[in-house]
Amino acid sequence: MSAAAGELLGGYLMPYQPLPVLAPEANAGWASLAANAARIRAEIEASGADLLLLFSTRWVSIIGHQMQADPKPEWWVVDEDFHEFGTLHYSLRMDAEFATAYRDAARARGLHARTVAYQGFPIDVGTITTLKLLNPDNRIAASVVSCNAYSDRAETLVLGKAAADAVRASGRKAIAIGVSALSNRMFSRWIDPAQDRIHSQKDDEWNRKLLELLAEGRLEDVSQLAREFSRQANGDSRMKAIWWLAATLGQHNQYTGTVFDYQPVWGTGAAMVGLQPAEAGSGDLEYDEDDAEFFRGDRNVLVSQSDDES
Amino acid sequence: MSEPGRIVAGILSPHPPHLIYASNPPQNEPRSSRAGAWNGLLDGYEKLRAELARHEFDVLVAHTPHWKTRTGHHFLGVPHFEGKSVDPIFPNLFQYNFALDIDVELSEAIHDEAAAAGLSTRMMRNPEFRVDYGTITSCHLVHPAWDKPVVAISSARTAFDYSNEAGDQEMLALGRATRRAIEASGRRALCLASNSLSHRHFTSEPEDPEDPSFEHVYNENQSAWDRHILGLMKAGETRRIFDEMPDFTEQCVAETKDGCLSWLLAAMDFPPLPATVHGYGTVIGTGNAVVSWDLDSARTEASA
Repeated sequence: MSAAAGELLGGYLMPYQPLPVLAPEANAGWASLAANAARIRAEIEASGADLLLLFSTRWVSIIGHQMQADPKPEWWVVDEDFHEFGTLHYSLRMDAEFATAYRDAARARGLHARTVAYQGFPIDVGTITTLKLLNPDNRIAASVVSCNAYSDRAETLVLGKAAADAVRASGRKAIAIGVSALSNRMFSRWIDPAQDRIHSQKDDEWNRKLLELLAEGRLEDVSQLAREFSRQANGDSRMKAIWWLAATLGQHNQYTGTVFDYQPVWGTGAAMVGLQPAEAGSGDLEYDEDDAEFFRGDRNVLVSQSDDES
Repeated sequence: MSEPGRIVAGILSPHPPHLIYASNPPQNEPRSSRAGAWNGLLDGYEKLRAELARHEFDVLVAHTPHWKTRTGHHFLGVPHFEGKSVDPIFPNLFQYNFALDIDVELSEAIHDEAAAAGLSTRMMRNPEFRVDYGTITSCHLVHPAWDKPVVAISSARTAFDYSNEAGDQEMLALGRATRRAIEASGRRALCLASNSLSHRHFTSEPEDPEDPSFEHVYNENQSAWDRHILGLMKAGETRRIFDEMPDFTEQCVAETKDGCLSWLLAAMDFPPLPATVHGYGTVIGTGNAVVSWDLDSARTEASA
């Protein structure tokens, strides 16, 4: 590990759907996403980053939090729904040393965490899509952490803070990337790709409200709003990627926000957003949500009652 | 085939990869300690296999929670798959080298019946598709010889996108479509619902995943609901199980949300037949039961 303190250079929100990679020609919006990813790729390459740190809602874990530690995962994935659009073959460059550091930082904050490195492990579609768009030649090493199915906001914040701990300790210059849809309601029937649209006007209006805040650099405001957004617009995985991203980057509104693109992908809200730290931002508002520094375990309310009685 | 087809038996065959791990089959790379945490379920599968040995069958038709499709109901449509399946959730336990044949003709027939019933359906024709570990695990545990073809049906996410009730109504239609297609095909089919009952996991595991001192149900609520559903199964109250399914799913965090059991009950046409519970046990806190409805034996007894 480097002796120099690491830093987080900024963050991005990227959509998880593979169609902009698999079939950009099938829909103008999907092609637009692929084209605008190139703008983000150029921005990242100019940043001097040496680590892309991803949280993907498509990698679901049960046993705590998993960090990918295979230095060169190579395999292929066929999407569960969009198999007829082809196969995603991948060969990635992962920062195994950082994965171990992240695991240790997570454990130091009370989280159950482990690294995984298995030949043939199915890297998730969101991670593959994002890295194909932003890092196609593996110029920058990546690290990916899973999205625990049961983690609540507090646990996800702690996971984000542990990511920041690990970056600082590792000396890496990192870009944090939340891989997630906004509204996540898909069309449950097969559609003509050319006719794709956001599933409902309500979803679209909520997505645009969130993007308005993000364009103002108000990431922490969006994090505070995530529960309501999820209820109203079927947010992807309760918007854990936003919680993680906000916690990793420091829980404030001091960013320059850029909405690179916003398009429907099979009904979901697919947005590409950049957040660069800024001297002057929107300022911190009054926050209602709790904060957490340390994870103290599952609540196990019913188990505890039973134990007390015995 | 000239004889009408039939469902030989309906089986609840949960798919925890832990059971493959504990069995140490040659296809799976990790080796277990055989410390015994899941022996009750393994014994249950052994009893099930003994029961099935009395029957002839042509095909296993599996509805799996781990092929999650949000664009309707999908069906494997490639004659043969082989490859390596690594469980993304328990990769330390399941790295399984699989090779299986698909009964594409029956798969297409069920697809067509389901589409005719108004369901959104899709055939999966990509030969590079990695067969999900739910299908692999359930089929392996029910019939480890792998000498029969398989039909694998995805879990459409209707219940997740809309409601448990909406999901079950689709499974009702899908189950009936499955039954019609099997009967028209002349096949003798085993139908497998590859789901757990209560499905709240612990989020940590012991150093030896098979440590029996760690294993117990997540909480008493889950256990009470599982006992209730198993009681209905033993009493032959299949229709009542279906009626209570949305509440069971909601209140027990049950994997029935994925639709497998509802599909199975509908495919069997809700027989008033007491089921055999071959085994019940927990795996990392979730409740799992190996259960069969021996339809062929019931037919024989009815005609005697």
